[in-house]
Amino acid sequence: MLADIEEFYRLDRLPHIWCPGCGNGIVLACLVKAIKELKYDQDKTVVVSGIGCSSRASAYLDFNTLHTTHGRALAFATGIKLAKPELNIFVITGDGDSSAIGGNHLIHAARRNIDLNVVIFNNNIYGMTGGQYSPLTPKVQKATTAPYGTIERPFDLAKLVEAAGATYVARSTAYHTRLTTELIINGAKNKGFSVTEVISQCPVSYGRRNRFNTPAAMLEWQREMAVPVIKARSMAPEELEGKIITGELYRGHAPEYVSEYTKLTQRLKEEAEGV
Amino acid sequence: MPKDPANIGKPEVAIKDSWCKGCGICVALCPKKVLVMNAQGKAVVACPEKCVGCKMCAEHCPDYAITVEVE
Repeated sequence: MLADIEEFYRLDRLPHIWCPGCGNGIVLACLVKAIKELKYDQDKTVVVSGIGCSSRASAYLDFNTLHTTHGRALAFATGIKLAKPELNIFVITGDGDSSAIGGNHLIHAARRNIDLNVVIFNNNIYGMTGGQYSPLTPKVQKATTAPYGTIERPFDLAKLVEAAGATYVARSTAYHTRLTTELIINGAKNKGFSVTEVISQCPVSYGRRNRFNTPAAMLEWQREMAVPVIKARSMAPEELEGKIITGELYRGHAPEYVSEYTKLTQRLKEEAEGV
Repeated sequence: MPKDPANIGKPEVAIKDSWCKGCGICVALCPKKVLVMNAQGKAVVACPEKCVGCKMCAEHCPDYAITVEVE
């Protein structure tokens, strides 16, 4: 156990149920380290998750936690933020949970620019249900529902949320632990909708079908494929084919939803009192 | 257990055997080959004196089974 962060875990629930070599534990530790570095009060921090392997994470954490319904973590988180804007809210969601079942919640939460910090554990597959391909499974890669390789183009989730209105968008991998922590910290400091996509590994449902013989091979693949965003800017699109662009990808400015809502209620209250 | 005087100031790597699921990530990522897999398929510290305290193993252990103490 990483002794310096164990105060944030429900130790009686560990060891966790994730498969050997699963990246979820690694990415979760990065998130916990980020919360520790941010010095957020444990009782004023909320972790909301949806459904899926990664969403199981909330059960292991000693914050205020909600393990909600499939794809709806952002809807629950939105409610919490509106009711208690002083709370620091982190949303843990997987690639399927965020981009398929919860796709609409994701784009509309981004459009509102509500002050939530989303960490997407992207392992490119529906692991828990047996390895069906998700909207983030790379083209030609195999899944139980794509035994000859998927013919669908995956989403570029970072571009999607940027276009939808998120004001902080970043990407890292499970291999790049320190970068992941740093990006989550920066996302939390952004007053608005922050998304950090972390490429993770599912050795059992994805790796085995796609010629990754070991979990370590998947981490090494992440290291090899990662291109820092500064370097990527000077590379041609064909050179970036299949690469993972990492770092802070986008930062924007837009009115934050809870602030706008507070302003509205304030104005209406004043008008009512003035009558 | 008191530390061997020869190892004072050196990083110390420890593995919680009951939490190790034997994924092999630590063994593969360790730049100094400090760790090996044992006959039961779990990671063990084979060459503690080679550890440089980089924490690659601890940071990438999905099961929080590894602790590296650097003085």
